[in-house]
Formats: sequence, C-alpha cells, structure tokens
Amino acid sequence: MKPFLAVVARDLRLAVRQGGATLLAVVFFLLTVTLFPLGIGPEPGVLARIAPGVLWVAALLAAMLSLDRLFQADFEDGSLEQLALSGLPFGMIALAKIIAHWLTTGLPLLLAAPLLAVLLNMDAEGFGALLVTMLIGTPALSLIGAIGAALTLTVRRGGVLLSLLVLPLYVPVLIFGVSAIDAAVHGLNAKPHLLLLGALTMAALPLCPWAASAALKLSLE
Amino acid sequence: MSIHYFANPTRFTRLAGRIQPWSAGVTGLLLVVGLYLGLFVAPADYQQGDSVRIMFVHVPAAWMALFCYTFLAVASAVGLIWKHPLADLAAKASAPIGACFTFIALATGSLWGKPMWGTWWVWDARLTSVLILLFLYLGYMALWQAIEDAQKAARAAAILALVGFVNVPIIKFSVDWWNTLHQPSSVIRMDGPSIHASMLWPLLLMALAFKAYFITMLLARMRMELNLRRIRALRLAERDS
Repeated sequence: MKPFLAVVARDLRLAVRQGGATLLAVVFFLLTVTLFPLGIGPEPGVLARIAPGVLWVAALLAAMLSLDRLFQADFEDGSLEQLALSGLPFGMIALAKIIAHWLTTGLPLLLAAPLLAVLLNMDAEGFGALLVTMLIGTPALSLIGAIGAALTLTVRRGGVLLSLLVLPLYVPVLIFGVSAIDAAVHGLNAKPHLLLLGALTMAALPLCPWAASAALKLSLE
Repeated sequence: MSIHYFANPTRFTRLAGRIQPWSAGVTGLLLVVGLYLGLFVAPADYQQGDSVRIMFVHVPAAWMALFCYTFLAVASAVGLIWKHPLADLAAKASAPIGACFTFIALATGSLWGKPMWGTWWVWDARLTSVLILLFLYLGYMALWQAIEDAQKAARAAAILALVGFVNVPIIKFSVDWWNTLHQPSSVIRMDGPSIHASMLWPLLLMALAFKAYFITMLLARMRMELNLRRIRALRLAERDS
C-alpha cells in the first residue's frame, strides 16, 4: 500500500509544482461552456434546458484533453520504466496515476461545475444531481481515458487519435450523467440513472487499469 | 491436426485460395436469388409500400456490423492470448469490411427513415449506438495505421478491440433499454419470427449472402496482407544485400 500511495503523492506533488496544467483543464472547461451561450443565444430558458448536457460534454472534453499528461512525461524521462521495475504490480501503478489524474482534473471540474450551472441558469433542483453525477462519473472518465492514453503513448501527435479512441467509450457515462440530472430537474427519480452510472465506474475500476497496464507494457518493450 | 496446422502462412494461403472461388460463387448466387425474391417476389408492405424492400439490405447489413465486430474481438483475443499471427491478420482484415457494413446499415436506414419517419436521421438509441460502432471501427483502423511496428500495432489494436467489445452488447440490448422510435427486433424472438415467410426468406438469403461475402473478402484481405509483408521483407533483404 505504501509504494502505491507514494506514486499517487508523487504525481500530485508534480501537478502542484507545475501548477498551470491543472488549472488549464478547468479554464478550458469554463471557456467551452462560455462558448455555448454565445453560439446558441442568451435566452435563459434554452440555456437552462441544455445546461446538464453542455456541462457534461465540456467536462468530458476537458478530461480528455488532460489525458496526454497521464503517462507522457513519465514515459519520456524514463520514470515509467523505473516504476515498472519497482515491484509494484503494473496495474496498481496505472491505478495510482489514474487516481492522481482524477484528483487533479476530475475534482477541479466537479468544483467548477456548480458555478457554471448558475451561469447557464440551470434549475436549482438539478444541482445536487449535478454534483453527485460528477462525483461518480468523472472517475470513469479518468479510468477509461487511461486506456486511450496508454495506447497512444508511442504515437507521434497522438492527440487526435486519442480523441477518436476515447470519446466513443465515454458515451455511456455522458448519457447516464445527463439523464440523472434531467430526471432531477423534472422532479423524477434520478436514482436508477445514478445506479447505472455508479455501475459503469465500478466496472471500470478493476478493468481499466488492467487494460491500461497491458497497453503500457507494449510501449516499454 | 490442430488449428495451428493452418497457422503456417503458406498452408493458409493455399487453403484460402481454394475456398475463395467457392465462397465468391456462393455470394453471387445467394445475392441474385435473395435480391430477386426481395425486390420482385416479396409483397409490398400494406403500410410501408415498396420502401420495405430496403430492409432486405438494411437488416442483414446491421447484423453483419455486429457480427464483424464480434469476429474482430474474438480474433483479437486469440491473437493476444495465443500470439497467433494469422488471428491478428484476421482481426485487421475484418475491420474495414465491418466498417463498410456499418456504413451501409446507417445509409440504408436513413434512406428508409425519410419516407417512413419523415426524417433522415433521429437520435434514437439504436441509431446512435450503431454510429458509435462506426467510430469504434474507425478508431481501431486508425490505431493500426498509427503504430509502425506491426506486432505492437496488432497488440495495441487487440486491446482496443476488446475494450470496445463492451459496447457491442449495449448496442444489441439498447432497443430494449431505451425503447424509443426504432421498432423492436421482429426476427429473433422467443415465440418465433413475426414476419411472413415471403419476407423472411429473402431476408435470410441476403444475410447468408453477406456472410459469404464477408468470408470471401476476409480471405482476400488476409492474403493481400500476407503478400504485402512478403514484398516488404523481400525489399528489405534486397536493400541489405
């Protein structure tokens, strides 16, 4: 357990000392959401209607854009090989890095989301559901995204390829996340959607680090 | 004699060369009979008129879209677990065929949707998930393209295929989960098919024709890939000597 936590702590320390990168994902999130009223028009009713979807799509894109940081730097300077030799199972290393990634992107997005929901005039009923879906859903984004990040590690200019690989896999998270908020806004029971979203995350938790570590091993050969 | 007997590329090429004319012939025959029955013999639907005939292409293509992805995932698993090079080739070769079937299913579906639903496209669960299936195929093929080392590309693509395979059951059952505009399945049901034999026969013949076409194209693409690798190896040997 101790080496596992050490990897998490190391990645968090790196993120804090580099500073900008974490903030960048949140700024991207803010900026994308700001574009929607400009593109669609400022009517509060329309914005309130599309708010859950816009927030989730923007969060999806922000999480995806930050994925290239997940393994890239460690791969380039050779620390990934050192980690592979550390004796910690490779899946656990991947999981540690995924947790650090969620803490530095998913969590800030979660904190920024209510503010943006206010700007988009979202119905007050939906705020609780928004926070809960973000809390359960964004870990799945980091988990699934890690597979894409690991697969495109050795590909030059892999950014576009990464989005092609990862975005289709994000779709169920998006659907259940948005439908839970919509249900809450319309006074319906959001629980089934939340349960399904939770099931996705729980299924991704053991499977994704495993798949990501298999992909990482390819790039270390 | 195990399956490894045909793992030898030379043996495989010989066998494939022998099967291919037959499967091509069967494809042609079934297509002609199936299209004749579907376009001329089967009655027009009392509600949908002649546009129901699009179904004889659309439904088998949609089945094939799922079948090809299943095949791709199984071949990828075999390639990943037993390091079987021909399985990697089979997975690679099946992707473009599956992508084409997926595209045909989407295109014919939208041609049918215009007169029936009054719109080219609706964001119904099943349509959307087939569109996502197309993206999965494209991502899979793009990953093969992006990694130069053929062995690494094969394994990376296999991991992606297995991850994406999780999506296939979601597609298959999405109709029952969300149950929106797209009609529920009317052929594979517990109480037997609910469509008349005059429509069921051309449908099944077309489905078999598409299967035979898949086999023909798969063998052709695998042989092409083997020959390409042989040419590359020869060129490298020539340059080094």
